Formats: sequence, C-alpha cells, structure tokens
Amino acid sequence: MKKQYAFYIDTSRCSGCKACQAACNDKHNTGNGILWRRVYEVSGGDWIRKGNAWLPQVFAYNISMACNHCEDPICVKTCPTKAIYQRKDGIVLIDENKCIGCRYCEWSCPYGAPQYDSNKGVMTKCTFCYDYINEGKNPSCVDACPMRVLEFGEFKELKKKYGELAEVYPLPDSSITKPALVINPHKDSLNKPDIYLAISNKEEV
Amino acid sequence: MKERADNSNNPFGLSRREFLKWSSALGATALSVGGISEVIGSIESKTHPFVLADRIVRTGCPAHNCGGRCLLKVFVKDEKIIRIETDDRPNDSIEDPQLRACIRGRAYRKRQYHPDRLKYPLKRIGKRGEGKFERISWDEAYDIIVSEIKRIKDTYGNSSIYVPYGTGSYNQVNGRQTAVRLFNLIGGSLGFYNSYSWAAISKATPYVFGTSVTGNQRQDWVNSKYIIMWSWNPCEMRDGTNSEYFLKKAKENGARIICIDPRMSMSAVALADEWIPIRPGTDVAMMSAMAYVMITQDLYDQEFVKKYCVGFDSSQMPEGLEREESYKDYILGIRDGIPKTPQWAEEITTVPKETIINIAHEYATIKPAMLYQGYGMQRRAYGETAVIGGCVLAALSGNIGIPGGCASGIALQADDGGPFWNVFPTGPNPIKTRIPTFLWTEAVLRGQELSVAEGVVGADKLDNNVKLIYAVATNALINQHANVNRTAKILEDEKLVEFIVVHEQFMTPTAKFADIVLPVCTQFEVWGLEDGWKYGDEVILMPKIVDPPFETKSDYQICSEIADRFGVKYQYTEGRTEKDWIEWTIEEYRKTRFPNVPNLKEFEKSNKGVYSTPITEPKIAFRDFRNNPQKNPLKTPSGRIEIFSKTLFEMQKPCTIPPIPKYIQEWESPFGEEAKKYPLQAVGHHYMGRVHSTHDNNEWTDEAFPQRVFINPVDALERNVEDGDEVKVFNDRGTIIIKCRVTKRILPGVIDIPQGAWWTPDKNGIDRRGCINVLTSEKWTPLAFGNAQHTIMVQLEKA
Repeated sequence: MKKQYAFYIDTSRCSGCKACQAACNDKHNTGNGILWRRVYEVSGGDWIRKGNAWLPQVFAYNISMACNHCEDPICVKTCPTKAIYQRKDGIVLIDENKCIGCRYCEWSCPYGAPQYDSNKGVMTKCTFCYDYINEGKNPSCVDACPMRVLEFGEFKELKKKYGELAEVYPLPDSSITKPALVINPHKDSLNKPDIYLAISNKEEV
Repeated sequence: MKERADNSNNPFGLSRREFLKWSSALGATALSVGGISEVIGSIESKTHPFVLADRIVRTGCPAHNCGGRCLLKVFVKDEKIIRIETDDRPNDSIEDPQLRACIRGRAYRKRQYHPDRLKYPLKRIGKRGEGKFERISWDEAYDIIVSEIKRIKDTYGNSSIYVPYGTGSYNQVNGRQTAVRLFNLIGGSLGFYNSYSWAAISKATPYVFGTSVTGNQRQDWVNSKYIIMWSWNPCEMRDGTNSEYFLKKAKENGARIICIDPRMSMSAVALADEWIPIRPGTDVAMMSAMAYVMITQDLYDQEFVKKYCVGFDSSQMPEGLEREESYKDYILGIRDGIPKTPQWAEEITTVPKETIINIAHEYATIKPAMLYQGYGMQRRAYGETAVIGGCVLAALSGNIGIPGGCASGIALQADDGGPFWNVFPTGPNPIKTRIPTFLWTEAVLRGQELSVAEGVVGADKLDNNVKLIYAVATNALINQHANVNRTAKILEDEKLVEFIVVHEQFMTPTAKFADIVLPVCTQFEVWGLEDGWKYGDEVILMPKIVDPPFETKSDYQICSEIADRFGVKYQYTEGRTEKDWIEWTIEEYRKTRFPNVPNLKEFEKSNKGVYSTPITEPKIAFRDFRNNPQKNPLKTPSGRIEIFSKTLFEMQKPCTIPPIPKYIQEWESPFGEEAKKYPLQAVGHHYMGRVHSTHDNNEWTDEAFPQRVFINPVDALERNVEDGDEVKVFNDRGTIIIKCRVTKRILPGVIDIPQGAWWTPDKNGIDRRGCINVLTSEKWTPLAFGNAQHTIMVQLEKA
C-alpha cells in the first residue's frame, strides 16, 4: 500500500509562538513574505457589559499550517507544466526548473501552500523536509515546537492515534483535496454558533 | 520596516492565504490539466540542493534576558552559520526535557548576519543623541576612554562612575559584569540593586516568607489540580524554557487552569480553561474579594492559618500591635466600613462578582492548587501589595509546603534558589554605595541629594552626581527606561553626564547617546557558558563558533585592554583567556550546584552542549516548615508566614506601604482626574519576537510579530479606528504613531503596546516605531523603589 506522510497539529495547545515558522524560514532560507509554514490566529466572540463589569465571550486559537501534501493534490492537477508532482510517499514537490510562475497552483490550493518567489520567478512550497525524512528525522518544524503540538508520521498511523479530523474553522472542506492532516481541535473551535470567528492576524500570514 | 514581497495579491485578486471557503463541488471542477508526474529522483536535488555543513556545534542560545536558556544546534559551512536547529537529545521527558528554542533563537541568523552590525569603534561628531559618528581606531577609542575616566575620577571621584543595568548578555565574558570588574580594579563605581523585571516582587516576597525561594521545582507542577496564572504569561515571555510545557503536562494530568490577565495572552489561549480579564492595577481588589468569600463562607484553611501564620485576625497580631487592623478586619471592613465584597471588587476590577465567587470557591476547595504570580502586575504603582496579596491567598488556602501547591511570591526554585546567571567574578567594589537601579536618572540630576529615603544603601546619601556612564549590553539608558523624552533630555546635556561609553552590536537608541561606541561580537563569536534563568537544572556550554567579524571584540577583551592601559591587566585577566574563564566557571559549578559536571575538555569534546540532571523528585518549598514549624521556623521576625508584617508597619507609611495587602488606587488610574484627558490604560507585554529590545531589528521575528498597538473593538469603534489604521497614542510625556491591531483579546479600556521596540523619533519627536517608554513614567514604587512602567494612562486617536 502507498505511503502517505502527514502532519498532526494539536491546535488545543498551540501557543502561536511561531518557532515552527522560524525553523522553516531558517532551514529553507525563506522569509520576506514567503512562509511555507505560518500560524493563523483565529478569534471571535464578543464583550458584554453588565454594569461596571465586562463579561468576555471571547474565543481564540492558533492553527500552524504548512503544505498538507494532500492525497488528492489539486495543485498537481492544475499545474499546466507538470512542474508539481507527488512522490510515492505522498510528498508533493515543485520542480522549479519546469515551473513558469503562472501561479495557478497558488490560486487553486485552498490552504495557501504554494507561494510565489518573486526573485526567482517560480512557485515554492513546503518540501516536508524530505531530506530530513530520508535521514530518518522529523521535518524541522515538528522538532522545533516548544509545546510539542506538531507531529509527523504515516497518515494512517496518525489517524489511528488521533482520529480523522482534518478541518476546523476556517480550514476548507477536507474533501476538496484530502489533506494529509490530523487535527486535535481547540475547545474554542467547536460548535459555537454566531461568534464571528475570523483570522485575526492576516498581515502575518 | 521593509515592505513584504508582492505576495498579497495574486493575478486572480484573491487574498492568498486566507483559506478558501470552497464547496467540494467547486474544487472538483478546478482546472485539471494533468495527472501525477512520475517521480524522478534527481529533480529534488536540482530544485532543493542539500547544503552539507562542515561542522555542527551544539551551543547555548545567546543569553539575553528572556526566561529561556535553550540549546541550539548550529550548522557551520565556510566559517559561516548556515542553519540553526534546536535540542535533539533523545528521550525528551518531563524529568529532563529537551531545551527547545523559540522563534528568537531559531531566527538568530538574521541578527547574527544583520547588515547593520557595528563593525568599528565610533566617535560622536554631532550633538549627543543625534546619532552622528565617525569611525576611529581602537587605539584612539581607548585613548579617549582612558583619559576621560582619569579626568572624571580625578575631578569627581569614582562614585561618579556608573555601569548601568544591562541584561543583553549573560554568557560570562560578554555582559556588563566585565566592566564592573574593570572599574572595581581602578577604584570602583556607584553600584545598584534591583532590576527592571521584578523589583517589587523580589523586595516584597521575603516580608511574608523570609525568603525568595517560594516555588516548588517545576516538575512538581504536574501534581497540581488547579492552577491560577495570575498576570503570568509563560508562553510569550518564555518564563523559563519549558515552563509552558510543564503546564501542558499539568493540564494533561487533569489540572484546571485559570488565567487572570487584561490580555487573553497566548498562555490563556493555549493552556487556560478560563480567562478572566482584569483591569490593570486592581489585582489586590480581586484578591481581597476572594479572601472575603473564603473567610465569610468558611472556605479558608483555618488550621493552617492558625498554625503557620501571623496577622490574620486579632488573635494572632504581633506583640504590642494587638489593637492594629488585622487582615480579617480589613477584608470584613471592620475599621474602614468597607467590606471587600465581590460586588465591591467588581466595580473596581471589571470582573463580575459571580466570577470572583466561583474562583474563590475553586481555589479554596480544589487541592492541591497553585497560584502563580507573573511580574507584569508588580511593575506597577503599588506592585508590592499585589505580590503580598497573592502570598496571603496561598496561605489562606493552605497550599504551602505541599506537592502541587505554591506559596506565590517570586517563587525562586526550591531548594537552592535556582541558577546563578553570572559566575564571572567582578571582585569587591571599593565604592559601597548603591542606588535602586530605576533611580539612575535621579542620581544624574541630583545624586548629592539622594539618601536612604530614596533607596540609597551602603551610605546615608550619595556624595556625587553620575558623571560617567559606561554602558555594556544595555538599551536601558533610553529605550527600556521610563519616559524616553525626559531621559533623552537628561543625556543630551553634556554638563550632566560628561562622558558616555556604550558597548554594542547595533546602533540602538542607547548607542546613539554615546560619545564612544565600541563594537562587540555576538555570543556565537566568543566562548561562553549559561545556566537556567529562573529555573533549570542545567549548564549549557557556548563554544566560540565563528570568528568576530570586522573589528568587533568581546566585552571581556575590550575591558582587559582598557585595564592594560590602567596598568592592571594581569589583575583583570589573571592570565586567562575567555575560554580559560569558561573553564574556571565550570569548576565553580562543580563546587556548587553540579558536582558531576564534565570539565571543559570533556564537555567540548562530547559536543552535547548541555549538562543536565534529571529531576525525579522535585523539591517542595517550605516542606520542612510545614512538617515542623517550631523546629524549622521561617526567617521572618515571627518565624511564621507574615500576613501582617510588623516590619512594614514600623515604616509608618500606611497609605503606600500597608502592613497587610490593601487595594490602593494607582497614581494614574481610570478612577482619577487624569482619566478625563487620558482614558485608556496602556500595558506593554513581552512580545514573542523580541527579548525586551533585542531582536527588534530581526526581519524574521518582525515579520512574525509586527509592532502594533492592540486595541479592543469597543474602544476602536468609539474612536472610528479600524484594524490596520495608523493611530496616535499619547499623553503628557510623549506621542507614538504606529499601526493598530483591533483584537477582542484585550479588555476594553486597555491598550497594549508590546515593550521593546526601538525608539525612532521623527523630526517632530513623534516615535514611529512604537516604543512604549515614550509614554511611561519615571515614578517609582514605594517599597522597592522599583519601576512602575505599566501604570500609565493614554489617549488614542486615528493618526
């Protein structure tokens, strides 16, 4: 059976510290707008005044997100030059020699994973640190996490361990691309109608 | 700041990284142009060539003044650092956890190889503070420095020389301690005590407990079933590497965690079951109301209070003070007619009375419970009372001296108070006079008037004004000290401080006020050693990894070369190189905390980076006292926990230094006249992207955590301000203009300007980077003479 590597993220304990993001920046020399891994702060709710008191009905959590190396990677389908391909272990990569920088993949990916490098004129994205995987190590972001909320492994193993949830607000419907992603949800991301959750750090992602 | 690359608008006009809210049907019809490519092994290596390092060195993350002391794995190629990873020791466990670095360590290459690194010695050519310098040689720099030191010593005496507070380097041979040693060999310099971090909490805690060692070792936190993080934000400030991880483990072990903070901090987001926003500066009101509930509903631990405490009620007042107001009298309002009810506290704190009642119940009944105090609430007008208030609640609940409990207060680690920070010896200072560090501008302006009444120790009063400042590893001359515009005026006046030397890596706001700036190497460029910060049971070796670039030198080398010019080189170096001092330091550790630490040669050869001792039986503070208070009394005057302090009573300042913790309205407050003009409270939390002001120029951390004013939508709406707008924040002391972030994660009436941004005044003196100290006050706390920089009122409007 085909291998499929995946990420697990425990959003219930993610502190949004971005050590994962910096580890990715450092390993891949990215930055200045290119963030293969980035952390979304999602918050919402309201403040209720009661006399002199304030009752907070405020909800917030973080989602650390890279490429989900989807089982059904839409970027691979949309790439007109076949520059994006999926390896037999599920890792989705971009061949920068074939990429023409048309940015179709950027448009089609519902997770914002492929990112345009304006200096090189090509698309770039998370490689799952396949060089580290070859060496038997975890991707750099995983071993960076001070809260130990990121894990890497075979998709079916992670699902066995943590369940099959692959979407929390505002991630897209996981049936679009079948992301290799397992999520433990934060208490604030569950079943709370009318709390107007939204990404609140848009300029950072 | 640099504009980001054009990634925000793609050709399709979609904002790129907001997740698309597609239906799956739409997804299925997306442009489909081909199948999956065959894997061709060579493509990856063409696209992402592997870079092989020449060597990999494990080292300590440069020791600034964050709470973390972490391990880095540094990849070097062609004598350049090309990658930084973190602790990869196997068997990451609660007893001996990996020391994983945060963003500041992981992003360090952008600081290390920053184009703005200072390269050569500089001499001021413009007006002081203007920032105009010319390059000079080291010899010329030393000639000027030596002649100025001699002139000022001869004219005023050594007590006019001051090596200010500086926390930028703690690796032994880089840092202010190197300059203190130099001056101690040539007649000494005016000393200081206290810090900008925890002046009030370190002063106040021993009045209650007779010690600062009030905390259980962190491995014990997992035994707690109820944890109150009061003004404590370990995730963002990194209050000790792994503190947030220990709390996560406590959570997994079934603890309920509460966070009391005006901000819904990331510690609240990631760890807390409940966040209770509180109006800054009113913590004692909430504490008092919790005590009211515990007392009136018989929830407090009566046996504990009777056996281990004094001053709770009239039955246990100190001898001769039986008729004074006890804690219980105060809480019930016996003397002042104001019972400290939850309703009373609600009016002050904004915390609903039902919440206060609930938290009091939980804290009193879920055992064991840990009330842990952070430091934000004590960098305030009457910070000492908030500290003592927390300690008293811990006593009322009986959570002292037991696993899973916490006595509160500064909570240095049992059983020995924790790490040393600096072992490098400064030697005895011939000048015995010391000032509270926060009062250094007073010592410049009116040193000869300063006396014990304003915190002077070692003499009745100062005999000098400060005339020479020798600043190493500090940005506290301007940026981190209160009231920047006032400090700048003081330093601009060359008749006051006549000569200023700054050792720096960058042209910081402080360095701009130097007469001579000396370029210093980073901690990757010199040998060093660090140990845990507040907690931690490890020492971390910091080998020299790359050479100092250009003409940079270590602080130690600079001071030893100046010592040479004073004829005391050998006395300064004792014949040791920097590496020799690290060897010496390790031996000091062997004699004290770590008898089995490897010697330098073994340590270096192993390339492990860290020596740690696994903690299987965490130490519990006050365990002996709890077991037998007669045999093991506290070092307080009564030998017991002093809810009422006779020592504080005898100071006879009941309105500012009450002998029991009382709520006192702050000198700038939403309840004062000042609120009409300046209705918002402003706090400055420790930002994840910076260690105080270190890393403010790091493009990776700045991209991750841009400097913003954080404001609640309620306040933003009133001011017609929207997310992302440039806003003007001001009071009588100054004005800043930066962009805002509208967030629900902060209490209405409070704004947050993360501390540490580099003061960047425009031609009108308006700071364009967002240094909160443009707005803060130089007024100090009554007991500790500490900084109260969070006690400020401001106004905000659209710029």
